Amino acid sequence: MSGSCQGKPSSLPEPPSHGQPLWLLAELTYKCPLQCPYCSNPKDFADFSEELTTQEWIKVFEEGRKLGAVQLGFSGGEPLVRQDLSVLIKAARDLGYYTNLITSGVGLSERKVAEFRDAGLDHIQVSFQASDETVNNMLAGSQKAFQQKLKMAREVKAQGYPMVLNFVTHRHNIDQIDRIIELCVELEADYVELATCQYYGWAFENRQQLMPTRAQLERAERITNEYRAKLAAAGNPIKLIFVTPDYYEERPKGCMNGWGQVFLTVTPDGQALPCHSARMLPIEFPNVREHTLDHIWNESFGFNHFRGYEWMKEPCLSCDEKEKDFGGCRCQAYMMTGDAHNTDPVCSKSPNHDMILQARAEAEAPATEPLLYRNERNSRVFCKG
Amino acid sequence: MTSLEMIPVLEKMFRFQWEEAQQSYVLLYPEGMVKLNGPAGEILSLVDGKRNLTQIIDLLMEKYPQAEGLNDDVLAFIDDAIKQHWIRG
Repeated sequence: MSGSCQGKPSSLPEPPSHGQPLWLLAELTYKCPLQCPYCSNPKDFADFSEELTTQEWIKVFEEGRKLGAVQLGFSGGEPLVRQDLSVLIKAARDLGYYTNLITSGVGLSERKVAEFRDAGLDHIQVSFQASDETVNNMLAGSQKAFQQKLKMAREVKAQGYPMVLNFVTHRHNIDQIDRIIELCVELEADYVELATCQYYGWAFENRQQLMPTRAQLERAERITNEYRAKLAAAGNPIKLIFVTPDYYEERPKGCMNGWGQVFLTVTPDGQALPCHSARMLPIEFPNVREHTLDHIWNESFGFNHFRGYEWMKEPCLSCDEKEKDFGGCRCQAYMMTGDAHNTDPVCSKSPNHDMILQARAEAEAPATEPLLYRNERNSRVFCKG
Repeated sequence: MTSLEMIPVLEKMFRFQWEEAQQSYVLLYPEGMVKLNGPAGEILSLVDGKRNLTQIIDLLMEKYPQAEGLNDDVLAFIDDAIKQHWIRG
């Protein structure tokens, strides 16, 4: 297309291009019976208690579907705390979503697993804290969690769901990776996420107590690869997904496949975010109570803010890898450098990369501080109001 | 070699549906989606756990009488789909 009269006036630049929000994550509640010290919820979650109603959620699902969203995750907190979960599952399924329940398994029962199946739930992901009962319960801050999780994982499979098991790994459990994998095989998981802890939210507070050493990480990855080969040779279709922590990389991750490109999170109180950590940023994000998802996704300041490349600073701006990693993670840049426009310090080109090197060095030392558990009392410390 | 008598069934891990926003058939699975190309979508839309491959090929030939080498294309796709654990025989 050419000619000056065919475009919009040059004083109103087009917002940078973006895709559809294929992934809608519904954080139904911040309430949770567990207290995992690596929870990605905001540290000041206790400040946000005005949860969306059933009808408000269903409106969000309808608007998301119109925008092309197809995967819907029910998350939290612990989504099972919501008494209307079956109603929400049914509404989402009727709209054509593939519905994922992301749960700790605590609060689940045989009856609920069946009830959700009838409502149209497609998949259940159960998170574990460790393969060992004592470590699991220590991390979860609950004495009964492990046995309940085992029981529910078996129930999920018995009732015919695809099942993903999620283990967040860190220095306290990563050396048991072989036992974690064996447990997942025994429980007949379809997918296993061996997700090395990412340092956001509560995990950032507890980083020194959680971060594995490079040697621990390399060993875990090697063992995972050995299991992959062994399981594939035995014809077992189980998929092991090993998520490496970016702290041991020299280039940042292409966070969320780019800001506001495929992912949309809605928090319990209706704030729409381009990723589940973004609430911490000093940016005003729109609320679904005040705006449609169409406006939020396509026009809002918050979602357009880090789209494209215009916002970048050096060394990102002139970097030939910027289209690959989009400068890394905005939240990490903000948490570590105080400016979300900066290059993610994971990048070895970042002038702040020494912060990552420092964290790696700290990981070599024994953990000294006690873990800070994610609960309402501890959250109050971080609340503003 | 896959037999024409085979009755393919979608693995229960997957849900198959038309996605208006993608203008294509897709396979949905936990936290993921495979966007299918035209022929793959057409073939899978006929996989219902009852029809065998001969019947599926016949239906495709009715719909696309100009298409050449349908037999081989369908068999190659089915082989691949089994390897990917999308369907079983």
